[in-house]
Amino acid sequence: MKIERIIQLLEAQVICGNHRISDDISTAFSSDLMSDVLTLDTENLLLITGLANVQIIRTAEVAEIHHLVIVRNKKVNDDIVELANSLNMIIIESPFSMFKASGILYSNGLKPIY
Amino acid sequence: MIELKFNIEGGDFDRAGTASSETKKVLKQLNIDPRVIKRTVVALYEGEVNIAAHAFRGEVIVSVSDHQIQAILKDEGPGIPDISQAMLEGFSTASSKVREMGFGAGMGLPNMKKNADQLQVESVPGSGTTVKMIFNF
Repeated sequence: MKIERIIQLLEAQVICGNHRISDDISTAFSSDLMSDVLTLDTENLLLITGLANVQIIRTAEVAEIHHLVIVRNKKVNDDIVELANSLNMIIIESPFSMFKASGILYSNGLKPIY
Repeated sequence: MIELKFNIEGGDFDRAGTASSETKKVLKQLNIDPRVIKRTVVALYEGEVNIAAHAFRGEVIVSVSDHQIQAILKDEGPGIPDISQAMLEGFSTASSKVREMGFGAGMGLPNMKKNADQLQVESVPGSGTTVKMIFNF
């Protein structure tokens, strides 16, 4: 699924990394627990989280994740955006809950990791 | 042999992860297998978060030789009274602040063990902890 489709489905806004909107993603993982994200062996997945701190970017960096959706209408600050930009990541923000965002993406064909 | 050194302050979650990030850049420049890089930086990052979460301060030393990466994370802090308990998935003594950051699920040391080829943990309660990890390639 193209990121631009995800943006449309989640009524989301691109915060940084606009050049990645044509990227194609097939799997996603929803979590507020970065410890769980760090146990995944899958790379290039879409991370859906309600956390908006700098550690989501650090976690994504080491886990080789480049596409992040921030749900529950949480807003990332400038430091997070700067770091994400330097690491070539796209961040989109959605007003939806994690459950709703995940459900919409799942029903439109995005696959879970497990 | 290449050696990298980093200092980590307890409680400084804004900077936790910089050692892993810098190490990743160097390992990439050295053309090391991406799977080895990922295992190394994930384990290193878990270790950094542990120092930020539990210790007063710590030091990370990463050495890269021909077929091996060695990471030593040495901290001054409360130490771990029961290491075998700390190695269990789900066991955690993390504060609510740490949990709000998305950590403290008791997955740190088990995940370091999973990713490293060798993991050695030594701790003196009331003094500090030293974690040594080896990654072969």
